[in-house]
Amino acid sequence: MNRAEIITTTKRFLSEEFEVDESLILPENNLHSTLDLDSLDYVDLVVVIEENLGFKPTSDDFKAIVTFNDFYDLAEQKIAVA
Amino acid sequence: MERRVVITGIGTYSCLGENTHEVLESLRLGRSGIIYDESRKEFGYRSCLTGFVKEPDLKPYLSRRDRLGMHEPAMFAYMSTREAMEQAKLDIDFLANNETGIIFGNDSTAGAVINTIDKVRERKDTTLIGSGDIFQNMNCTVNMNLSTIYKLKGINISLSAACASGSHAIGLGYLMIKQGLQERVVCGGAQEINLYAMASFDGLGAFSIRQDTPAKASRPFDRDRDGLVPSGGAATIIIESLESALQRNAPILGEIVGYGFSSNGDHISNPNFDGQFRSLNMAIKHAGMDVSEIDYVNAHATSTPIGDATEAQAIYEVLGGKVPVSSTKGMTGHECWMAGASEIAYSLLMMHNDFVAPNINFENPDEDSKKINVIPEYKEHKIDCFLSNSFGFGGTNSSIIVKKFKK
Repeated sequence: MNRAEIITTTKRFLSEEFEVDESLILPENNLHSTLDLDSLDYVDLVVVIEENLGFKPTSDDFKAIVTFNDFYDLAEQKIAVA
Repeated sequence: MERRVVITGIGTYSCLGENTHEVLESLRLGRSGIIYDESRKEFGYRSCLTGFVKEPDLKPYLSRRDRLGMHEPAMFAYMSTREAMEQAKLDIDFLANNETGIIFGNDSTAGAVINTIDKVRERKDTTLIGSGDIFQNMNCTVNMNLSTIYKLKGINISLSAACASGSHAIGLGYLMIKQGLQERVVCGGAQEINLYAMASFDGLGAFSIRQDTPAKASRPFDRDRDGLVPSGGAATIIIESLESALQRNAPILGEIVGYGFSSNGDHISNPNFDGQFRSLNMAIKHAGMDVSEIDYVNAHATSTPIGDATEAQAIYEVLGGKVPVSSTKGMTGHECWMAGASEIAYSLLMMHNDFVAPNINFENPDEDSKKINVIPEYKEHKIDCFLSNSFGFGGTNSSIIVKKFKK
Protein backbone atom coordinates (compact mmCIF):
# COMPACT_ATOMS: atom_id res chain seq x y z
CA MET A 1 0.00 0.00 0.00
CA ASN A 2 1.56 3.31 -1.04
CA ARG A 3 1.04 6.67 0.70
CA ALA A 4 -1.83 7.74 -1.58
CA GLU A 5 -3.64 4.48 -0.89
CA ILE A 6 -3.00 4.85 2.84
CA ILE A 7 -4.53 8.33 2.76
CA THR A 8 -7.60 7.25 0.78
CA THR A 9 -8.17 4.21 2.98
CA THR A 10 -7.61 6.13 6.22
CA LYS A 11 -10.02 8.92 5.29
CA ARG A 12 -12.69 6.37 4.51
CA PHE A 13 -12.46 4.28 7.67
CA LEU A 14 -11.96 7.22 10.03
CA SER A 15 -14.94 9.11 8.63
CA GLU A 16 -17.07 5.96 8.93
CA GLU A 17 -15.98 5.06 12.45
CA PHE A 18 -15.94 8.54 13.99
CA GLU A 19 -18.76 9.99 11.89
CA VAL A 20 -16.81 13.02 10.65
CA ASP A 21 -16.92 14.43 7.16
CA GLU A 22 -14.04 13.18 4.99
CA SER A 23 -13.39 16.75 3.85
CA LEU A 24 -12.21 17.58 7.38
CA ILE A 25 -9.54 14.90 7.32
CA LEU A 26 -6.83 17.10 5.80
CA PRO A 27 -3.11 16.30 6.14
CA GLU A 28 -2.32 19.39 8.21
CA ASN A 29 -5.34 19.10 10.53
CA ASN A 30 -5.03 17.88 14.11
CA LEU A 31 -6.05 14.22 14.25
CA HIS A 32 -7.22 14.25 17.87
CA SER A 33 -9.42 17.34 17.70
CA THR A 34 -10.78 16.63 14.21
CA LEU A 35 -11.98 13.19 15.33
CA ASP A 36 -13.03 14.59 18.76
CA LEU A 37 -11.34 11.69 20.57
CA ASP A 38 -11.91 10.94 24.24
CA SER A 39 -9.95 8.38 26.25
CA LEU A 40 -12.17 5.48 25.16
CA ASP A 41 -12.00 6.45 21.48
CA TYR A 42 -8.29 5.55 21.28
CA VAL A 43 -9.29 1.92 21.83
CA ASP A 44 -11.59 2.10 18.81
CA LEU A 45 -8.92 3.93 16.82
CA VAL A 46 -6.52 1.02 17.37
CA VAL A 47 -9.23 -1.44 16.29
CA VAL A 48 -10.03 0.30 13.00
CA ILE A 49 -6.36 0.89 12.17
CA GLU A 50 -5.60 -2.79 12.74
CA GLU A 51 -8.61 -3.86 10.68
CA ASN A 52 -7.87 -1.54 7.75
CA LEU A 53 -4.12 -1.07 7.69
CA GLY A 54 -2.95 -4.23 9.44
CA PHE A 55 -0.89 -2.81 12.33
CA LYS A 56 -1.57 -1.85 15.94
CA PRO A 57 -0.24 1.56 16.99
CA THR A 58 1.02 1.84 20.57
CA SER A 59 0.24 4.58 23.08
CA ASP A 60 3.75 5.96 22.45
CA ASP A 61 2.96 6.12 18.72
CA PHE A 62 -0.12 8.23 19.48
CA LYS A 63 1.90 10.63 21.65
CA ALA A 64 4.05 11.43 18.64
CA ILE A 65 1.11 12.04 16.31
CA VAL A 66 -0.34 15.53 16.04
CA THR A 67 -1.59 15.86 12.45
CA PHE A 68 -3.01 13.36 9.98
CA ASN A 69 0.27 13.74 8.09
CA ASP A 70 2.11 12.44 11.16
CA PHE A 71 -0.19 9.44 11.13
CA TYR A 72 0.42 8.79 7.42
CA ASP A 73 4.18 8.89 8.10
CA LEU A 74 3.75 6.32 10.88
CA ALA A 75 1.51 4.13 8.74
CA GLU A 76 4.05 4.16 5.88
CA GLN A 77 6.81 3.06 8.25
CA LYS A 78 4.76 0.31 9.92
CA ILE A 79 3.48 -1.08 6.63
CA ALA A 80 6.97 -0.99 5.09
CA VAL A 81 8.39 -2.92 8.06
CA ALA A 82 5.58 -5.47 7.88
CA MET B 1 -43.95 11.80 56.32
CA GLU B 2 -45.04 9.34 53.62
CA ARG B 3 -45.74 10.92 50.26
CA ARG B 4 -48.09 10.05 47.41
CA VAL B 5 -46.43 8.62 44.30
CA VAL B 6 -47.82 9.20 40.82
CA ILE B 7 -47.02 8.09 37.29
CA THR B 8 -46.27 10.93 34.87
CA GLY B 9 -44.94 9.20 31.77
CA ILE B 10 -45.03 5.84 30.04
CA GLY B 11 -43.24 4.51 26.99
CA THR B 12 -43.33 1.17 25.24
CA TYR B 13 -41.23 -0.53 22.59
CA SER B 14 -42.80 -3.94 22.24
CA CYS B 15 -44.02 -6.54 19.79
CA LEU B 16 -47.44 -4.85 20.05
CA GLY B 17 -46.05 -1.56 18.73
CA GLU B 18 -43.10 0.81 18.86
CA ASN B 19 -44.95 3.42 20.91
CA THR B 20 -47.99 3.61 23.17
CA HIS B 21 -50.32 4.67 20.33
CA GLU B 22 -49.53 1.53 18.33
CA VAL B 23 -49.69 -0.60 21.48
CA LEU B 24 -53.10 0.80 22.41
CA GLU B 25 -54.43 -0.18 18.99
CA SER B 26 -53.05 -3.72 19.37
CA LEU B 27 -54.53 -4.07 22.85
CA ARG B 28 -57.94 -3.04 21.55
CA LEU B 29 -57.78 -5.41 18.60
CA GLY B 30 -56.27 -8.34 20.46
CA ARG B 31 -53.44 -8.38 17.92
CA SER B 32 -50.66 -10.91 18.48
CA GLY B 33 -46.99 -9.91 18.16
CA ILE B 34 -45.72 -13.51 17.87
CA ILE B 35 -43.80 -14.80 14.85
CA TYR B 36 -42.05 -17.99 13.71
CA ASP B 37 -38.29 -17.36 13.53
CA GLU B 38 -36.67 -19.90 11.18
CA SER B 39 -33.14 -19.11 12.41
CA ARG B 40 -34.01 -20.64 15.79
CA LYS B 41 -34.60 -23.99 14.14
CA GLU B 42 -31.14 -24.02 12.58
CA PHE B 43 -29.66 -22.95 15.91
CA GLY B 44 -31.20 -25.92 17.73
CA TYR B 45 -34.24 -24.46 19.42
CA ARG B 46 -37.11 -26.77 20.23
CA SER B 47 -39.57 -23.93 19.49
CA CYS B 48 -39.05 -21.17 16.90
CA LEU B 49 -41.81 -18.95 18.27
CA THR B 50 -40.95 -15.50 19.59
CA GLY B 51 -42.33 -12.02 19.97
CA PHE B 52 -40.68 -9.72 17.45
CA VAL B 53 -39.34 -6.19 17.79
CA LYS B 54 -36.94 -4.69 15.29
CA GLU B 55 -33.63 -3.15 16.30
CA PRO B 56 -34.16 0.62 16.37
CA ASP B 57 -31.92 3.00 14.41
CA LEU B 58 -30.62 5.38 17.07
CA LYS B 59 -28.31 7.37 14.80
CA PRO B 60 -30.82 10.21 14.37
CA TYR B 61 -31.02 10.64 18.15
CA LEU B 62 -27.67 9.76 19.71
CA SER B 63 -23.96 10.39 19.14
CA ARG B 64 -21.57 7.63 18.22
CA ARG B 65 -20.18 7.58 21.77
CA ASP B 66 -23.68 7.31 23.25
CA ARG B 67 -24.55 4.43 20.91
CA LEU B 68 -21.36 2.39 21.31
CA GLY B 69 -22.27 0.97 24.71
CA MET B 70 -25.75 -0.10 23.70
CA HIS B 71 -26.99 -3.53 22.68
CA GLU B 72 -30.63 -4.65 22.61
CA PRO B 73 -31.69 -4.00 26.24
CA ALA B 74 -30.31 -0.45 26.26
CA MET B 75 -31.48 0.31 22.71
CA PHE B 76 -35.01 -0.84 23.40
CA ALA B 77 -35.01 0.99 26.75
CA TYR B 78 -33.82 4.20 25.11
CA MET B 79 -36.79 4.09 22.74
CA SER B 80 -39.35 3.52 25.50
CA THR B 81 -37.70 6.09 27.77
CA ARG B 82 -37.60 8.69 25.02
CA GLU B 83 -41.37 8.38 24.67
CA ALA B 84 -41.97 8.40 28.43
CA MET B 85 -39.76 11.48 28.95
CA GLU B 86 -41.70 13.38 26.32
CA GLN B 87 -45.03 12.51 27.91
CA ALA B 88 -43.75 13.43 31.37
CA LYS B 89 -42.50 16.77 30.01
CA LEU B 90 -38.94 16.02 31.12
CA ASP B 91 -35.87 17.07 29.17
CA ILE B 92 -32.14 16.79 29.68
CA ASP B 93 -31.73 20.38 30.88
CA PHE B 94 -34.28 19.81 33.64
CA LEU B 95 -32.86 16.40 34.58
CA ALA B 96 -29.31 17.71 34.80
CA ASN B 97 -30.42 20.23 37.41
CA ASN B 98 -33.11 18.34 39.33
CA GLU B 99 -32.16 15.08 41.02
CA THR B 100 -33.82 12.17 39.23
CA GLY B 101 -33.05 8.48 39.65
CA ILE B 102 -33.20 5.39 37.49
CA ILE B 103 -34.07 1.84 38.56
CA PHE B 104 -34.39 -0.42 35.54
CA GLY B 105 -35.16 -4.11 35.46
CA ASN B 106 -32.87 -6.27 33.36
CA ASP B 107 -31.58 -9.78 33.88
CA SER B 108 -29.39 -10.68 30.90
CA THR B 109 -27.07 -9.44 28.19
CA ALA B 110 -26.45 -12.77 26.47
CA GLY B 111 -26.37 -11.45 22.90
CA ALA B 112 -23.82 -8.76 23.68
CA VAL B 113 -21.60 -11.06 25.73
CA ILE B 114 -21.52 -13.74 23.04
CA ASN B 115 -20.71 -11.17 20.32
CA THR B 116 -17.77 -9.97 22.42
CA ILE B 117 -16.45 -13.43 23.16
CA ASP B 118 -16.74 -14.37 19.48
CA LYS B 119 -14.52 -11.39 18.62
CA VAL B 120 -11.85 -12.46 21.10
CA ARG B 121 -11.99 -16.07 19.93
CA GLU B 122 -11.44 -14.91 16.35
CA ARG B 123 -8.78 -12.26 16.95
CA LYS B 124 -7.13 -13.62 20.11
CA ASP B 125 -6.50 -10.08 21.31
CA THR B 126 -8.71 -8.26 23.81
CA THR B 127 -7.45 -4.87 22.59
CA LEU B 128 -9.40 -5.48 19.40
CA ILE B 129 -12.76 -5.83 21.19
CA GLY B 130 -13.31 -2.07 21.07
CA SER B 131 -14.45 0.36 23.73
CA GLY B 132 -18.22 -0.18 23.71
CA ASP B 133 -18.58 -3.87 24.50
CA ILE B 134 -17.99 -3.67 28.25
CA PHE B 135 -20.95 -1.29 28.59
CA GLN B 136 -23.10 -3.63 26.49
CA ASN B 137 -21.98 -6.72 28.41
CA MET B 138 -22.77 -5.66 31.96
CA ASN B 139 -26.22 -6.39 33.30
CA CYS B 140 -26.62 -2.74 34.34
CA THR B 141 -26.28 -1.70 30.69
CA VAL B 142 -29.66 0.07 30.64
CA ASN B 143 -29.10 2.38 33.59
CA MET B 144 -25.42 2.98 32.68
CA ASN B 145 -26.43 4.20 29.25
CA LEU B 146 -29.62 6.06 30.11
CA SER B 147 -28.20 7.84 33.17
CA THR B 148 -25.34 9.10 31.01
CA ILE B 149 -27.54 10.20 28.12
CA TYR B 150 -30.19 11.88 30.29
CA LYS B 151 -27.74 13.33 32.88
CA LEU B 152 -29.54 11.62 35.76
CA LYS B 153 -28.21 12.54 39.21
CA GLY B 154 -30.23 10.35 41.62
CA ILE B 155 -30.28 6.64 42.46
CA ASN B 156 -28.70 4.69 39.61
CA ILE B 157 -29.15 0.90 39.74
CA SER B 158 -30.34 -2.11 37.79
CA LEU B 159 -32.69 -4.59 39.32
CA SER B 160 -32.42 -8.29 38.50
CA ALA B 161 -35.31 -10.44 39.64
CA ALA B 162 -36.00 -12.72 36.68
CA CYS B 163 -39.47 -12.18 35.21
CA ALA B 164 -40.46 -9.85 38.04
CA SER B 165 -37.54 -7.44 37.40
CA GLY B 166 -39.61 -4.67 35.81
CA SER B 167 -42.29 -4.85 38.49
CA HIS B 168 -39.85 -4.76 41.42
CA ALA B 169 -38.03 -1.82 39.74
CA ILE B 170 -41.26 0.17 39.90
CA GLY B 171 -41.96 -1.06 43.42
CA LEU B 172 -38.57 0.02 44.75
CA GLY B 173 -38.77 3.37 42.97
CA TYR B 174 -42.20 3.83 44.55
CA LEU B 175 -40.83 3.13 48.04
CA MET B 176 -37.94 5.57 47.55
CA ILE B 177 -40.24 8.40 46.54
CA LYS B 178 -42.81 7.53 49.21
CA GLN B 179 -40.12 7.77 51.87
CA GLY B 180 -38.82 11.09 50.56
CA LEU B 181 -35.47 9.77 49.29
CA GLN B 182 -36.16 10.72 45.64
CA GLU B 183 -38.46 13.15 43.86
CA ARG B 184 -38.72 11.17 40.67
CA VAL B 185 -37.37 7.88 39.33
CA VAL B 186 -37.22 6.52 35.79
CA CYS B 187 -38.35 2.90 36.21
CA GLY B 188 -38.87 0.15 33.70
CA GLY B 189 -37.81 -3.16 32.30
CA ALA B 190 -35.88 -4.31 29.24
CA GLN B 191 -35.63 -7.70 27.58
CA GLU B 192 -33.25 -8.74 24.82
CA ILE B 193 -34.81 -10.75 22.01
CA ASN B 194 -31.86 -12.22 20.10
CA LEU B 195 -31.19 -15.85 19.35
CA TYR B 196 -28.80 -16.29 22.27
CA ALA B 197 -31.01 -14.85 24.98
CA MET B 198 -33.49 -17.67 25.36
CA ALA B 199 -31.71 -20.86 24.22
CA SER B 200 -31.27 -22.29 27.72
CA PHE B 201 -34.89 -21.45 28.61
CA ASP B 202 -36.04 -23.23 25.45
CA GLY B 203 -33.94 -26.18 26.58
CA LEU B 204 -36.19 -26.62 29.61
CA GLY B 205 -39.07 -27.51 27.28
CA ALA B 206 -41.09 -24.60 28.66
CA PHE B 207 -41.95 -23.02 25.31
CA SER B 208 -45.08 -23.63 23.26
CA ILE B 209 -44.56 -25.81 20.21
CA ARG B 210 -47.80 -24.74 18.52
CA GLN B 211 -45.61 -23.49 15.69
CA ASP B 212 -48.06 -23.80 12.81
CA THR B 213 -50.22 -21.04 14.32
CA PRO B 214 -47.94 -18.51 16.07
CA ALA B 215 -50.76 -16.14 17.02
CA LYS B 216 -52.53 -19.03 18.78
CA ALA B 217 -49.50 -20.33 20.66
CA SER B 218 -49.58 -18.19 23.79
CA ARG B 219 -52.87 -19.03 25.51
CA PRO B 220 -52.82 -18.06 29.18
CA PHE B 221 -55.37 -19.84 31.36
CA ASP B 222 -56.66 -21.90 28.40
CA ARG B 223 -57.14 -25.60 29.04
CA ASP B 224 -55.01 -26.52 26.02
CA ARG B 225 -52.00 -24.26 26.69
CA ASP B 226 -48.67 -25.96 26.10
CA GLY B 227 -46.08 -23.44 27.20
CA LEU B 228 -44.96 -19.84 26.91
CA VAL B 229 -43.57 -17.85 23.99
CA PRO B 230 -40.48 -15.69 24.69
CA SER B 231 -40.65 -12.04 23.76
CA GLY B 232 -38.95 -8.73 24.50
CA GLY B 233 -38.48 -5.01 24.08
CA ALA B 234 -38.70 -2.39 26.81
CA ALA B 235 -41.14 -0.30 28.80
CA THR B 236 -40.53 2.81 30.88
CA ILE B 237 -42.67 4.12 33.73
CA ILE B 238 -41.70 7.52 35.12
CA ILE B 239 -42.85 7.98 38.69
CA GLU B 240 -42.61 10.97 40.97
CA SER B 241 -43.89 12.58 44.10
CA LEU B 242 -47.29 14.19 43.76
CA GLU B 243 -45.76 17.52 44.84
CA SER B 244 -43.17 17.36 42.05
CA ALA B 245 -45.73 16.38 39.42
CA LEU B 246 -48.09 19.20 40.40
CA GLN B 247 -45.25 21.71 40.57
CA ARG B 248 -44.12 20.78 37.07
CA ASN B 249 -47.65 20.64 35.72
CA ALA B 250 -46.91 17.12 34.47
CA PRO B 251 -49.70 14.81 33.31
CA ILE B 252 -50.75 12.43 36.09
CA LEU B 253 -51.58 9.05 34.61
CA GLY B 254 -52.20 7.17 37.83
CA GLU B 255 -51.17 6.77 41.45
CA ILE B 256 -49.27 3.79 42.81
CA VAL B 257 -50.95 2.81 46.05
CA GLY B 258 -49.70 -0.68 46.81
CA TYR B 259 -46.62 -2.84 46.39
CA GLY B 260 -46.48 -6.40 47.64
CA PHE B 261 -43.63 -8.84 47.33
CA SER B 262 -42.51 -12.22 48.56
CA SER B 263 -40.10 -15.03 47.96
CA ASN B 264 -41.28 -18.62 47.70
CA GLY B 265 -38.22 -20.07 49.40
CA ASP B 266 -38.97 -23.22 47.50
CA HIS B 267 -38.21 -24.69 44.06
CA ILE B 268 -36.06 -22.66 41.65
CA SER B 269 -38.51 -22.76 38.74
CA ASN B 270 -41.86 -24.07 39.99
CA PRO B 271 -44.48 -21.52 41.07
CA ASN B 272 -45.84 -21.60 44.58
CA PHE B 273 -49.34 -20.71 45.73
CA ASP B 274 -48.27 -19.47 49.14
CA GLY B 275 -45.69 -17.04 47.71
CA GLN B 276 -48.17 -15.54 45.25
CA PHE B 277 -50.90 -15.40 47.90
CA ARG B 278 -48.61 -13.47 50.25
CA SER B 279 -47.51 -11.03 47.53
CA LEU B 280 -51.12 -10.25 46.55
CA ASN B 281 -52.23 -9.86 50.15
CA MET B 282 -49.30 -7.63 51.01
CA ALA B 283 -50.08 -5.28 48.11
CA ILE B 284 -53.73 -5.02 49.16
CA LYS B 285 -52.87 -4.53 52.82
CA HIS B 286 -50.28 -1.93 51.93
CA ALA B 287 -52.81 -0.07 49.79
CA GLY B 288 -55.31 -0.14 52.64
CA MET B 289 -58.04 -1.16 50.24
CA ASP B 290 -60.92 -3.54 50.12
CA VAL B 291 -60.51 -6.17 47.38
CA SER B 292 -63.84 -5.05 45.90
CA GLU B 293 -62.17 -1.78 44.86
CA ILE B 294 -59.96 -3.58 42.30
CA ASP B 295 -61.58 -3.34 38.87
CA TYR B 296 -59.06 -5.31 36.83
CA VAL B 297 -56.21 -7.77 37.31
CA ASN B 298 -53.43 -7.97 34.77
CA ALA B 299 -52.24 -11.49 35.45
CA HIS B 300 -48.70 -12.73 35.17
CA ALA B 301 -50.02 -15.92 33.50
CA THR B 302 -47.50 -16.95 30.87
CA SER B 303 -49.35 -19.89 29.28
CA THR B 304 -47.53 -22.63 31.16
CA PRO B 305 -49.73 -25.36 32.63
CA ILE B 306 -48.62 -25.14 36.26
CA GLY B 307 -47.90 -21.38 36.41
CA ASP B 308 -51.33 -20.27 35.21
CA ALA B 309 -53.11 -22.79 37.43
CA THR B 310 -51.28 -21.59 40.53
CA GLU B 311 -51.98 -17.93 39.77
CA ALA B 312 -55.67 -18.63 39.10
CA GLN B 313 -55.86 -20.25 42.54
CA ALA B 314 -54.13 -17.30 44.21
CA ILE B 315 -56.32 -14.71 42.44
CA TYR B 316 -59.45 -16.64 43.39
CA GLU B 317 -58.41 -16.98 47.03
CA VAL B 318 -57.48 -13.32 47.45
CA LEU B 319 -59.79 -11.45 45.07
CA GLY B 320 -62.62 -13.89 44.41
CA GLY B 321 -64.08 -14.89 41.09
CA LYS B 322 -65.76 -11.72 39.86
CA VAL B 323 -62.99 -9.24 39.10
CA PRO B 324 -62.09 -9.16 35.37
CA VAL B 325 -58.73 -10.81 34.71
CA SER B 326 -56.63 -10.94 31.55
CA SER B 327 -53.09 -11.85 30.72
CA THR B 328 -51.79 -9.67 27.89
CA LYS B 329 -49.13 -12.35 27.34
CA GLY B 330 -51.60 -14.04 25.00
CA MET B 331 -50.71 -11.22 22.59
CA THR B 332 -47.16 -10.34 23.63
CA GLY B 333 -45.73 -13.66 24.69
CA HIS B 334 -43.63 -13.52 27.84
CA GLU B 335 -41.67 -10.28 27.94
CA CYS B 336 -39.70 -11.63 30.91
CA TRP B 337 -37.47 -8.96 32.55
CA MET B 338 -39.58 -6.27 30.89
CA ALA B 339 -43.02 -7.73 31.59
CA GLY B 340 -43.63 -6.21 35.01
CA ALA B 341 -43.13 -2.72 33.58
CA SER B 342 -44.83 -3.21 30.21
CA GLU B 343 -47.91 -4.69 31.84
CA ILE B 344 -48.26 -1.62 34.07
CA ALA B 345 -48.12 0.47 30.86
CA TYR B 346 -50.66 -1.78 29.09
CA SER B 347 -53.00 -1.62 32.09
CA LEU B 348 -52.69 2.18 32.28
CA LEU B 349 -53.68 2.39 28.61
CA MET B 350 -56.74 0.27 29.38
CA MET B 351 -57.59 2.38 32.44
CA HIS B 352 -57.48 5.60 30.45
CA ASN B 353 -59.54 4.19 27.58
CA ASP B 354 -62.13 2.26 29.61
CA PHE B 355 -61.54 -1.26 28.37
CA VAL B 356 -60.05 -4.61 29.28
CA ALA B 357 -57.68 -6.01 26.67
CA PRO B 358 -58.55 -9.56 25.75
CA ASN B 359 -56.84 -12.62 27.08
CA ILE B 360 -56.60 -13.94 23.53
CA ASN B 361 -56.77 -17.68 22.89
CA PHE B 362 -58.72 -18.33 26.08
CA GLU B 363 -61.18 -20.76 24.52
CA ASN B 364 -61.77 -23.36 27.21
CA PRO B 365 -61.18 -22.96 30.93
CA ASP B 366 -59.59 -25.62 33.08
CA GLU B 367 -60.47 -26.53 36.67
CA ASP B 368 -58.65 -23.51 38.08
CA SER B 369 -59.29 -20.83 35.47
CA LYS B 370 -63.02 -21.52 35.44
CA LYS B 371 -63.18 -20.11 38.98
CA ILE B 372 -61.93 -16.65 37.92
CA ASN B 373 -63.34 -14.13 35.44
CA VAL B 374 -60.93 -14.37 32.48
CA ILE B 375 -61.91 -11.92 29.72
CA PRO B 376 -61.38 -13.56 26.30
CA GLU B 377 -62.46 -10.63 24.09
CA TYR B 378 -62.23 -6.84 24.10
CA LYS B 379 -64.56 -5.56 26.82
CA GLU B 380 -65.62 -2.01 27.56
CA HIS B 381 -65.06 -1.61 31.26
CA LYS B 382 -64.38 1.33 33.57
CA ILE B 383 -61.19 0.78 35.51
CA ASP B 384 -60.46 3.00 38.51
CA CYS B 385 -57.96 0.64 40.06
CA PHE B 386 -55.94 -2.30 38.78
CA LEU B 387 -53.52 -4.85 40.15
CA SER B 388 -50.60 -6.24 38.15
CA ASN B 389 -48.83 -9.48 39.09
CA SER B 390 -45.30 -10.53 38.17
CA PHE B 391 -43.61 -13.74 39.24
CA GLY B 392 -40.14 -15.01 38.43
CA PHE B 393 -37.67 -17.88 38.61
CA GLY B 394 -36.16 -18.26 42.03
CA GLY B 395 -39.60 -17.72 43.49
CA THR B 396 -39.64 -13.93 43.39
CA ASN B 397 -43.12 -12.39 43.40
CA SER B 398 -44.35 -8.82 42.97
CA SER B 399 -47.81 -7.25 42.91
CA ILE B 400 -48.47 -3.57 42.22
CA ILE B 401 -51.74 -1.67 42.62
CA VAL B 402 -52.41 1.51 40.63
CA LYS B 403 -55.42 3.82 40.99
CA LYS B 404 -56.76 6.65 38.92
CA PHE B 405 -55.48 9.86 40.42
CA LYS B 406 -57.91 11.87 42.52
CA LYS B 407 -56.81 14.95 44.46
